[in-house]
Amino acid sequence: MPETDCRPKRRLAYRTVSAVSFCAILALWCLLTYGGLVSEIFVPSPSKVLAATVEMAKEGSLWRNCWMSVKRVMVGWFWSAVAALPIGMCMARSKRFSAAIQPVIEFARYLPVVALVPLTILYLGIGETQKYVIIWLGTFFQLVLMVCDTVSAVDKNMINAARTLGANRWQVYKEVIFPASLPGLMDDFRLTIGWAWTYLVVAEMVAASNGLGYIILKSQRFLATDVIFSGLITIGVIGLASDFIVKLLTRIVVPWQERLRD
Amino acid sequence: MENQLKLEMRGVTKHFQGKKRNAPSVTALDGVDLTVSDGEFVVIVGPSGCGKSTLLNIAGGLETATSGTVMAGGKPVTGPGADRGMVFQGYSLFPWLSVRKNVEFGLKMQGVSKAERAAAAREFIGLVGLSDFEDALPGALSGGMKQRVAIARTLAARPEVLLMDEPFGALDAQTRVVMQELLARVSRETKSTVLFITHDIDEAILLANRIYVMSRRPGTVRAVLDVGLPGERDHNSLVTEMFLELKRTIMDMLWQESQDAAMNR
Repeated sequence: MPETDCRPKRRLAYRTVSAVSFCAILALWCLLTYGGLVSEIFVPSPSKVLAATVEMAKEGSLWRNCWMSVKRVMVGWFWSAVAALPIGMCMARSKRFSAAIQPVIEFARYLPVVALVPLTILYLGIGETQKYVIIWLGTFFQLVLMVCDTVSAVDKNMINAARTLGANRWQVYKEVIFPASLPGLMDDFRLTIGWAWTYLVVAEMVAASNGLGYIILKSQRFLATDVIFSGLITIGVIGLASDFIVKLLTRIVVPWQERLRD
Repeated sequence: MENQLKLEMRGVTKHFQGKKRNAPSVTALDGVDLTVSDGEFVVIVGPSGCGKSTLLNIAGGLETATSGTVMAGGKPVTGPGADRGMVFQGYSLFPWLSVRKNVEFGLKMQGVSKAERAAAAREFIGLVGLSDFEDALPGALSGGMKQRVAIARTLAARPEVLLMDEPFGALDAQTRVVMQELLARVSRETKSTVLFITHDIDEAILLANRIYVMSRRPGTVRAVLDVGLPGERDHNSLVTEMFLELKRTIMDMLWQESQDAAMNR
């Protein structure tokens, strides 16, 4: 097939464009800073940001704070996934359950997480649990609805076929609905991990003594814009990396999906 | 005395409630009587929207009748079960399972041992001529091959009746003829009992021992025709006198139906 021959070429073209757009932003940054178009205080030059990053890496604070942040995101997100998966699945399959729980979730979804921070501090103090809960609150209500949508989209024919092949209710869940929705679920997971990073910064900016969000907030007080930029870029890089890892994991968990798309 | 009845539907009626409040309920089926004897190939033909799919879903236990009785193997139908395997028009294969695992699925659900499953899968995959594709994923197969797997998968679960809902409706004309001949051969070799739905008259005559012609909505049985053609048919029977005679009869009935529908509107 001619398409098979085109695919690597197309992928190369895609990557080239991505690289070019990334370089363009970098070039603009260089132009603004080295060209003296904006003040160093507001936008530090790439070399200054690099220097700040290297220094933090050398003294180890970069790794420590990265680890704290990654841990918070993973724990908070993990528990939201653990809760969202069964609840979302049941919502998709049972009208009655959905009627009971959907309004509550829709309501909670519209509560800005930032507005819940004071309550979480009152209830939980400023320990790690409070950070996890903030991330959980931020992702759970979204994820549960995404899971519900994904599971609802499973082809009815497949479920009916399974039932007329003798599968009982539990087998339909385990052998058909779960594997059939796995590709969609992996996408849902990937997206919500991204959002978890947003809520991490919310959690760390309010009451924390470490983490990338904390570094960014602290640097504002000292006008250390180079450290702020370094923190932002680090979060971006970690975000990209986690996205890449989940995509890779998707390819391992649902290899049949890749081949289906081709 | 008639043969043992694998499927018996008496006075099956189905109303659908309108979506909006005060919307009139729609009668999809009105007092349908239908029987399928052991080893028989029964085809239901009817215009689209005559409720034939609904009828099949009721037989399969996926929908319930508003009134009337449905018995499978002498027992009332209360839900879907492995005794009534279904093949759908849309591809319903599990894309994450290989052809072999797909065909083994029903037996696995029923708790049949691995060795027995593998043997059954080999047998039925061979029967539909896909032995070279045992390890392929459904995504790599053509539409016709997918439906062959679906047939093998349903047969492997050893149903008492095979319920088929326009299984070749999505295939191109050439593939459809090949599939019809394959199904005729396979059902003969496995002595399967089949209830098959189509709106294609040729397909009906080619496959059936008995044809139920259904009327437009509300769906009722307009006529039951015994097909006097010899058991072994192929695409050449499509042009025999007997075939054409039968086709004319059915076309007349369906034409009458659409005529009536047009007058009422």
